[in-house]
Amino acid sequence: MDFLSLQEIHHTYFTKTSATTALSDISLEIGEGEFVSFLGPSGCGKTTLLSIIAGLLEPTAGAITLEGKDVQEASKNIGYMLQQDYLFPWKTIEENILLGFKIDGSLNDSNRDYALTLLEKMGLKGVEKQYPKQLSGGMRQRVALVRTLATEPKLLMLDEPFSALDYQTKLKLEDLVSNTLKSFGKTAILVTHDIGEAIAMSDRIFLFSSSPGQIHKTFIMPDELREATPFNARNHEAYSSIFQTVWKELESLEPANKH
Amino acid sequence: MNPQTNIEQGHRRYLQSLKREKKWVRFYQLIIFLVFFSGWEIASRLQWIDPLIFSSPSKVWELFLAKVQDGTLFVDLSYTLFETIFGFILGTVLGTLLAAILWWSPLLSKIADPYLVVLNSMPKVALGPILIVALGPSFTSIVAMGAIISIIITTIVVYTSFKEVDPNYIKVLQTFGATRFQIFKEAILPASFPVIISTLKVNVGLSWVGVIVGEFLVASKGLGYMIIYGFQVFNFTLVMLSLLVIAVCATIMYQLVELLERKLIKNGS
Ligand SMILES: Nc1ncnc2c1ncn2[C@@H]1O[C@H](COP(=O)(O)OP(=O)(O)OP(=O)(O)O)[C@@H](O)[C@H]1O
Ligand SMILES: [Mg+2]
Repeated sequence: MDFLSLQEIHHTYFTKTSATTALSDISLEIGEGEFVSFLGPSGCGKTTLLSIIAGLLEPTAGAITLEGKDVQEASKNIGYMLQQDYLFPWKTIEENILLGFKIDGSLNDSNRDYALTLLEKMGLKGVEKQYPKQLSGGMRQRVALVRTLATEPKLLMLDEPFSALDYQTKLKLEDLVSNTLKSFGKTAILVTHDIGEAIAMSDRIFLFSSSPGQIHKTFIMPDELREATPFNARNHEAYSSIFQTVWKELESLEPANKH
Repeated sequence: MNPQTNIEQGHRRYLQSLKREKKWVRFYQLIIFLVFFSGWEIASRLQWIDPLIFSSPSKVWELFLAKVQDGTLFVDLSYTLFETIFGFILGTVLGTLLAAILWWSPLLSKIADPYLVVLNSMPKVALGPILIVALGPSFTSIVAMGAIISIIITTIVVYTSFKEVDPNYIKVLQTFGATRFQIFKEAILPASFPVIISTLKVNVGLSWVGVIVGEFLVASKGLGYMIIYGFQVFNFTLVMLSLLVIAVCATIMYQLVELLERKLIKNGS
């Protein structure tokens, strides 16, 4: 059985004055340990879909199961990093990254050590006692990543986690996240605007078209790119031709979606 | 000169300029204080103002010493202070609690909305006579006055701030499987601390109003009673004295709230 399965998800947002269909007929399956990316123009419903998978939002229609269970019950196994860091400004960095343990009452010394080691791996040693506003945007995003990774969710969802970072840090973190997830055999969904990042990191890319959000096309990455680290994948000879293909598809979506 | 000592020097100069500014501010504050009281004294002695109505600082001071010596000032002060603090805490805690209940149940908050508006626009001191009849002309009804005057406005302001907490913080907690109580404790309440503190500051003033009016109506003790008694026997020195004592006490309470603010609100600034 597939690890995560979405069947005919529809979602419409209702407000007093309008009804916006954000997602229409989304069906997909993701295997355990797979890394997939959602790529698509702004407003095509990527964040909405993640919220639905995380069980935060009830879809208007359709079903989602994680390991055969309804996501509402499985929510403990899902880590979701929102599009912005949303660190709690009144908590120190340490309190922020331990939040998941505090909520489910599992805070202990080994958990704490694990979270602090992750923080160190992200290049953020010595900031534990500081408050979020004392850190730069990129640092905060890494802290948010640590907070999400710390509870070791089986499924990890990242909504544009690297968008506020400088290019170098971004490349480094791509490698770090990719390695960490691979070594633990984690399943991950990455939302991104960056075609290169999607190619370098994923096993599969779902390209979304908008109004309403639909899966336009699925790209399967060749083995040689999957096995390489993101950094090496970017330099691989297969990379640029795939980039061209995805780019063309994305371009073909644009004119139809002028607002 | 190397750049390091340069920075240190600059920093020292900056601190000095801060200190100097503070000194000047204190200096002018003192000047205003002195001018006010000496002006009052002189105007009263030279009969520019009616000394019977406006009294004078020296007379107030004499009365103060006399009342300190025979201990009557402390009796009145302690009554009023106790009632005010009690009313203040009661009003703030109950107001915040009500706000929490409204947050808990969105349906209830919709139902309660028009009633809150009505209660809020009502002049609470007008309820005084009813309270006194209901609770008796006692300590209880004065505390009730001190509390009732701040409770509804606290509820409204704090509830509004609860509602305005960025829903994405709630989302973060929900991804960790937080219960509604945990969401309240970890996000809603701490995010609203600044607002709660500023309502505390407003409530300090409001509770004094409630308690003093309450004492006007019933008491045979307290600073409010001192004012009304001084008015009745035309002893305005007594009125001035209790006004000054109230001013000092209210200021101290306000400062304590600010101390609490510094304790409660930490975000590295
Ligand atoms: N709470 C909401 N109420 C009403 N409409 C909404 C709400 N959230 C999102 N939408 C609409 O749903 C559509 C999809 O939004 P969503 O945030 O999922 O897009 P996205 O793909 O994540 O965009 P981006 O790449 O810019 O983050 C948009 O048209 C948006 O206007
Ligand atoms: Mg989004």
